[in-house]
Amino acid sequence: MASSRLLVAPELAAIKVHGMTRESFLLRSTLAGAAAYGTLSATGLVTKALADSSSGDVDILNFALTLEFLEAEFYTLAADQVKGLSDDETKLTEKLRDDEDAHVDALRATIEKLGGKPAAKPEFDFGGAFGSRASYLKTSNTLEDTGVSAYNGAAPAIKSTEVLAAAGSIVQIEARHAALIRLVRNVAPAPQAFDKASEMEAVLKAVKPFIKA
Amino acid sequence: MTDSALRELADDPSSRKRFFKMLGGAGAVSAFSVALAACGGDDDESSSAKPAPAPKSADSNSDLEILNYALTLEFLEADFYAQVIDSGVVKDPKVATIAKKFGSTEQEHVDALTATIKKLGGKPVSAPKTNFGPTFDKGLMATLEAAADVENLGAAAYLGQAGNIKNKEVLAAALAIHTVEARHAAALNELVGRGFGDGKGGLKGSLPDGPFAKPMDMAAVLAAVKPFLA
Repeated sequence: MASSRLLVAPELAAIKVHGMTRESFLLRSTLAGAAAYGTLSATGLVTKALADSSSGDVDILNFALTLEFLEAEFYTLAADQVKGLSDDETKLTEKLRDDEDAHVDALRATIEKLGGKPAAKPEFDFGGAFGSRASYLKTSNTLEDTGVSAYNGAAPAIKSTEVLAAAGSIVQIEARHAALIRLVRNVAPAPQAFDKASEMEAVLKAVKPFIKA
Repeated sequence: MTDSALRELADDPSSRKRFFKMLGGAGAVSAFSVALAACGGDDDESSSAKPAPAPKSADSNSDLEILNYALTLEFLEADFYAQVIDSGVVKDPKVATIAKKFGSTEQEHVDALTATIKKLGGKPVSAPKTNFGPTFDKGLMATLEAAADVENLGAAAYLGQAGNIKNKEVLAAALAIHTVEARHAAALNELVGRGFGDGKGGLKGSLPDGPFAKPMDMAAVLAAVKPFLA
C-alpha cells in the first residue's frame, strides 16, 4: 500500500519535512523527483528503505483513518438500510456511526497538524452485509474487533506520546463498541483475556474486500 | 544538531543505524551518546548499535512501577469477581456467566503481570486486602454497579499509563489488557442498565466519555479504589 501511494508525486510534494528525519525526507524527494521525470523504477531497495523510515506516525494515523472511514460509512449505510432492528439497536447503530465520524474528523485534523496529508476516503462495497439484521451485526462485530487488533498492533510503533494517547483513546472506544455489538448478538463481549494485535498488512488484506477503489 | 533532531534519531532505530553509517562507525557511537547525555536525554533501549548505556534503572524501574500498579488493580478486580461468585448472590445465569468469565480473565491478567514483573527482575506486589463488604451489603444491583465503575476505572488507568511505558513489549501487553478492560466496562455498564452514559465522564455508562476515552492518572485511580481496600 505504501509504495503505490508514494508513486504519486503531487502527494509527496505536499508532505512537509516537519516530523520526518532528514534522511527520510531526502529519500522521499529522490522518489518524487524520479516520478516527476518518469525515471521512477522504485527499486525494491529504495521502497523498502523508505518504508522503514516512513512507517511514521502519519502513516499509522492514515492507516487508522482508512479503517475509520470504513466503519463510519458502514454504520451510515446500516442506519439507512438494515431492516428489523429494535429501537435500541437502531440507537446503538447511530451512536456507533457518530463515534466513527468523530474519529474520522479527529484523525484528519491530527494528520494535518503533523504536516501530513490525510488519506482520501475510499469507495466501499459492503456487499450483502445490510441484507439482514444478523449479517449486519456479524459484520459490525468483525469490523470492531478488527479495529481493536489494528490499533493494538500499530500503537507500539508510534513515536509521539500525544499520538499514542490519541490512538489509545480511540481504540478503547472501538473495544467498547465491540463489546456492545457482541452483547446484542448474545456472544461473549470479551472472549479473550488479551486482545489480539494485528500487523498492518494483515488488516489491510482483511478489509480489502470492502474497498472498491 | 538541534536537541529535537538528536532526540528524533535516538527514538528511531532505523534512522539511527543510517546516522552511525554517516558518521563512520565506532568513534561516532560514543560521540552520539555524549551528545545525547548533554541534551539531557536518557533512554536508548532498542538499538543494536549500543552506545555507552544510559542508566537503565530509572526506565525499567518506572515500567516496573507501572506494572505493579496494574497488578494491584487486577488483584482487586479478580478478588471482586471471585467474592461475588462465591457469595452466590448472582442468580441470573447470563450475569453469572459473565461474572465468572470476567473473573477468570482478571486472574489471567494477575498471572501475566506477575510473570512479567518477575521476568524483568522486579518484585510483584502481593494481593491487597480488600473490603467489599459494604458494597455487597447494598445488594446485587449496587454490587454490579460497583463492578461496572471499577472496570471503567481500570480502562482509564491503563490508558493513563500508556504514554509512560518505555519498553515496547510491555506497552503491547498493556494495550492488549486495556481493550479487554474496556470491553468489560462497556458490557457491565450496559447490563446494569446505564446505557451509554452522558458522554461527559464520571465513570458511568458504556461510553461514558463520548467518542474519545479519557485517561486517568495513577493518583486519581488509587484514590478512587481506596474505598475497596482494607
